[in-house]
Amino acid sequence: MKELKIVVLAKQVPDTRNVGKDAMKSDGTVNRAALPAIFNPEDLNALEQALRLKDAFEGVSVHILTMGPGRAAEIIREAMYRGADGGYLLSDRAFAGSDTLATSYAISRALKNLQYDLILCGRQAIDGDTAQVGPQVAEKLGLPQVTYAEEIQRVEHGAITVKRRLERGVEVVTCPLPAVVTVNGSAAPCRPRNARLVMRYKYAKAPQEAREVTGEYAELLDRRPYLKLTEWSVNDIRCEAGELGLNGSPTKVKTIENVVFQAKESKVLTVDDAGIDELMKELITNHTIG
Amino acid sequence: MANFYTDNTDIKFHLEHPLMKKIVALKERDFQDAATREDAPRNFEDAMDNYDKVLEIVGEICGDVLAENAEDVDAEGPRVVNGRVEYAPGTRQNHDVLTQAGLYNMSLPREYDGLNFPIVPYVMAAELVSRADAGFGNIWGLQDCAETIHEFASDDQKRRFLPRGARGETYSMDLTEPDAGSDLQAVQLKATLKDGQWLLNGVKRFITNGDAQIALVLARSEEGTQDGRGLSMFIYDRANGGMTVRRIENKLGIKGSPTCELVFKDAPAELCGDRKLGLIKYVMSLMNGARLGVGAQAVGIAEAAYREGLKYARERFQFGKAIIEFPAVYEMLANMQVKLQGARSILYETSRFVDIYKTYTHLATERSLEKEEREELKKYQKLADFYTPLLKLFASEYANEIAYDALQIHGGSGYMKDYPIQRLARDARITNIYEGTSQLQVVAAIRGVTTGHYLKQVREVYELLPVQPGLEPASEALKGMTAEYEAAVATVTAAGDPEYVDFHARRLVEMIGYIIIGYLLLQDASRRESYAKSAALFVKYGQAKVAAHAAFIRNFQTEDLEAYKKA
Repeated sequence: MKELKIVVLAKQVPDTRNVGKDAMKSDGTVNRAALPAIFNPEDLNALEQALRLKDAFEGVSVHILTMGPGRAAEIIREAMYRGADGGYLLSDRAFAGSDTLATSYAISRALKNLQYDLILCGRQAIDGDTAQVGPQVAEKLGLPQVTYAEEIQRVEHGAITVKRRLERGVEVVTCPLPAVVTVNGSAAPCRPRNARLVMRYKYAKAPQEAREVTGEYAELLDRRPYLKLTEWSVNDIRCEAGELGLNGSPTKVKTIENVVFQAKESKVLTVDDAGIDELMKELITNHTIG
Repeated sequence: MANFYTDNTDIKFHLEHPLMKKIVALKERDFQDAATREDAPRNFEDAMDNYDKVLEIVGEICGDVLAENAEDVDAEGPRVVNGRVEYAPGTRQNHDVLTQAGLYNMSLPREYDGLNFPIVPYVMAAELVSRADAGFGNIWGLQDCAETIHEFASDDQKRRFLPRGARGETYSMDLTEPDAGSDLQAVQLKATLKDGQWLLNGVKRFITNGDAQIALVLARSEEGTQDGRGLSMFIYDRANGGMTVRRIENKLGIKGSPTCELVFKDAPAELCGDRKLGLIKYVMSLMNGARLGVGAQAVGIAEAAYREGLKYARERFQFGKAIIEFPAVYEMLANMQVKLQGARSILYETSRFVDIYKTYTHLATERSLEKEEREELKKYQKLADFYTPLLKLFASEYANEIAYDALQIHGGSGYMKDYPIQRLARDARITNIYEGTSQLQVVAAIRGVTTGHYLKQVREVYELLPVQPGLEPASEALKGMTAEYEAAVATVTAAGDPEYVDFHARRLVEMIGYIIIGYLLLQDASRRESYAKSAALFVKYGQAKVAAHAAFIRNFQTEDLEAYKKA
């Protein structure tokens, strides 16, 4: 394999895993201010698959493509702290309000600016949970897609072999490149941030952010070009304005209901010693017994 | 989703100590690497930001990986298979993740793939790791050995061995033997020079992480000698063969850390530094580093135990209320908290002293030091030497007391193996035994008592510092405690009998410990208001302890010594 260019699609999402009372605004949209912004968990699984290929073969490059406001550049830095080579921030007011269709349109247009052999992304994001963007990007680019991937087992002769985790078992498929692969949360967890890479890349900035940097750090950005992240607006990608943002989004949210759980979800225990141990521990912890 | 660094603001508080400015400038040689190295800090703020960001990674890994694995690691432990150690699966994962995160070689210079961090943030990382899994703290903390190689080995050895730590190879320090525990002068493992190659033969026992890739081995290189002057230090590379693991000890705690019995049979090794200086110079340096490490480990365990105790006391309802509302319980928790904070204060005070003198020591190999710098080196080395045993003694004893009380708060449940506190209590128990028992820390510290070094530090430094408004009573109490201490020292030394001094040594060392920790917390209160309460409570506690010791010494007659003798 001479070289392999990987683009990982990643999204900055509100951390919906610890949702408080003020997670939603009265108008039914997510209150992003109340929830910390994090790297979408399954996108991290996708990044790890990319980095493993980079570890295993010479000539593999890994870049992030993310769409969002200026602060979404943090996702690119987070990926670089883990070993990615760089990234592209797709950022413009015209993208605001995009549903999955408009998002995948913008992303696929941005990908046309890039060379790639493999596009990786998480199965779904924890804010919308649609699992649509990856497959839609594949459709729009006319690429084959492998969903629910758990492990990329081989890359050879212009094809990848991927293990898929399905509801009732495991399937191993081979697919020609270029291709889009969406990765499950059950895949290997992403490696941690590396201390040395954090120190090397912590001043990396997208142009939007760089405008606020002054003095010696502005100078630093000039002297170390790898600290300048690429940022694209609508003008940088070839696209139709009508397909973008709210205009390009057929999905309309009609109403949002707050669901209050009446009873706790039921819990299934395994019928063995480990299951009994777990139950005992829980009953002791909540002082039902003991 | 826990982060052990960001959930504990006390650590960052100590990171931001004013002395760090001096430490960082020294360690970074006025930031000279910034011109050529992209990961080197450009100035003080940049360096501090690096420490903060890296500790955040440590805290995240500790919370999400190490702590999650701790229970399984404790249950499974390592095994010996065909003379080699296999870590528990969780231990292996911990090690791999920390290697990927670049958290080995933390204090080594960048040229050896180190992060060039000062001792202070490195010790903080050690505290965090130990809070998550104290046993794993040993495997991770053995990167201390690299410090010794860095200080004493040849340039060629440094280039060959040091970068390996960053790639996931681990260390061990092979000192003790069946008949040479606290008394290392009795070491018998033989090193013989054959055709220009040193060969090791013999047995080592109680070796933490004994199957490491790189070992520092203390061996008798001078045939016919019987004492410490016949011992040299060797670097043993496991890749060269000749060493097998005979067995792993079945310990009470720190189960994830393999404690090995090793057999060396014609194992090739290389001399580290000069012959005959193995024990008297290199091991002493190794031990001081290790004692600082155990101090950090003890504080980490204490933090974990305090949190378990507090959590249980809030959740457990008896007689219609949470048990934390009962005086017997909340007093325990308050004392646990101030002991923890006090131990942490002396831990980082000592770390700062070590940082300054170690950096000057390395600097002295690069250029000749100015007169002022040489004096500073001496001053801080002396302080580090006197504070290290005091720190080890207090931190390890407090870790045990805090774990004991936290278990007590759990009542019957604490005695069951269902809660983490039972593991913490077992893990804590080793801290006041290994790397020198508490009794031996007293032996090391008593010189600072009899020569007046501690008192000098109190009188010439701590007493002169401004006192926060409201803390005058605590400050007055400390002055009173110091007077009692001075009188007790005079009484004990006046007898002119070394055995009499030894008999009371622990009492005297503890007295000055309460005073010094009290002053440290008083200083902390001047930087952060919330410590005012801790300082006041600690001084109250210490005052009573000092009074008790003083009374015992006052009422003791030299003849009473006979009644205690059993031999």
